[in-house]
Amino acid sequence: MKTLSAFKVLVFLLCLLPLGKLSLEIAGVAGLSLGANPIEELIHRLGKWGLNFLLITLAITPLRKWTGLSWLSRFRRMLGLFAFFYLLLHFLSYAGLDQHFDLAAIIEDIVKRPYITIGLSALILLIPLALTSTRGMMRRLGRRWKKLHRLVYLIAILGVWHVYWQVKLDTLEPVIYITILAVLLGYRLLLNRRFCG
Amino acid sequence: MRKHNGIRSWEITSESNFLKRRDFLRETGLIAGAGLAAAVLPGGLTAGVRDLETVAGPYSTDEKPNSWEEVTTYNNFYEFGTAKDDPQRNAHSLVTSPWTVKVSGECDKPGDYHYEDLVRPHVLEDRVYRHRCVEAWSMVVPWVGIPMPDLLKHFAPNSNAKYVRFKTLYDPKQMPGQRRSVLKWPYVEGLTIAEAMHPLTLMVVGVYGRTLPNQNGAPLRLIVPWKYGFKGIKSIVEIEFTRRRPRTSWELSAPREYGFYANVNPEVDHPRWSQARERRIGGGLFAAKQPTLMFNGYADEVGELYAGLDLRKNY
Repeated sequence: MKTLSAFKVLVFLLCLLPLGKLSLEIAGVAGLSLGANPIEELIHRLGKWGLNFLLITLAITPLRKWTGLSWLSRFRRMLGLFAFFYLLLHFLSYAGLDQHFDLAAIIEDIVKRPYITIGLSALILLIPLALTSTRGMMRRLGRRWKKLHRLVYLIAILGVWHVYWQVKLDTLEPVIYITILAVLLGYRLLLNRRFCG
Repeated sequence: MRKHNGIRSWEITSESNFLKRRDFLRETGLIAGAGLAAAVLPGGLTAGVRDLETVAGPYSTDEKPNSWEEVTTYNNFYEFGTAKDDPQRNAHSLVTSPWTVKVSGECDKPGDYHYEDLVRPHVLEDRVYRHRCVEAWSMVVPWVGIPMPDLLKHFAPNSNAKYVRFKTLYDPKQMPGQRRSVLKWPYVEGLTIAEAMHPLTLMVVGVYGRTLPNQNGAPLRLIVPWKYGFKGIKSIVEIEFTRRRPRTSWELSAPREYGFYANVNPEVDHPRWSQARERRIGGGLFAAKQPTLMFNGYADEVGELYAGLDLRKNY
């Protein structure tokens, strides 16, 4: 038990590394920088890490079943909350740094730009999952908790779609995300089939 | 037309940047004494770049130019990769000397022209232009170039020449980005003959008083300041005068998103993002976007070229 909590602290710190590196780059420490277009770079990197953490969270269950290491599921909540944390920062840096909290411009973006519409939908759908991630809420919701948290599959699809829809031509990166997500979701579909049929 | 009046602020800025640059290079031991020609930085940042003799040209903006670093490390040149810092990292493999441009089509003097023969007869002009990318970021760049009409007149285009078609080098060995078919290679761009013959249009050979670094499209590139940046085809090896409108690379790959004209227009959005405002590079983390100007602020000079044209349809 003790080694597990020590391990949890370690994973927690690891999850903060991307934010730490971004902070150093913003501060311009040790020759690090966000480049010529720091706002765009910051928004992209926060979004990418949010999506990475979302996919890592989704990889826990397949990994656990594959390796038989049951303690892996102890990290699911933390990883999922880090996904939410990075995606919230992603949105706040867009709203604050890119749009200067110009509400009219943000609303216009949400209405007129489908990739922003689906990105924001994914983030909004993550809020109830983050709020019900505590042990108490799990107990209180019982069976419904599981149902509610299946939303994460939809959220991940929207997130990857959001990435795909904004690249100009070079779809290599979104295609990598799509492939990873397809494997993670496909695995669950197969598993479900086996149980049902 | 804006009058050109004596020394402007950018000349001073550019000078001080020059000196800073030299100091930096000297301090880091990259050059011994004078002469930038020998300066070599990793990734071809300034590899092979040499000073040019220039005079101040007309049409320059008073806005503060972006730094040499910004201009040479953040741009699109898909022949070297699709990330903004890819050109700067990968363009060292491009060989720009010797360089030949093939001129063909509806003109009386077609042929293969050496770079030196094209450039030598001309006085090189410093022109500080606004540069607006279709991705909604912008810069101010002190280009060095030859007015395109002066250059094209050498080839004596005839009355059938309605368009000019430009082509970039195709050589995946020198241009590793061409190994992936992101765009249809080689890159092709085009202008109407009136656009090409407009005095704002430049055949650029340098930036900041020096020859172009490879990543910026050495040794010859097009700059049309009232159009989105992707019209500014780089590392040109062919110029053809045509009767029919050329099919351009971006138009071929995504015709709904990128048109032949590609004039900067805040009222006509890209299907996926707004063109009403732009992010000026260099403002840091807390600068607001600024409004995009019709024809990138060159409406007085070029508006008449498009009189009667539906700019919503002809984007």
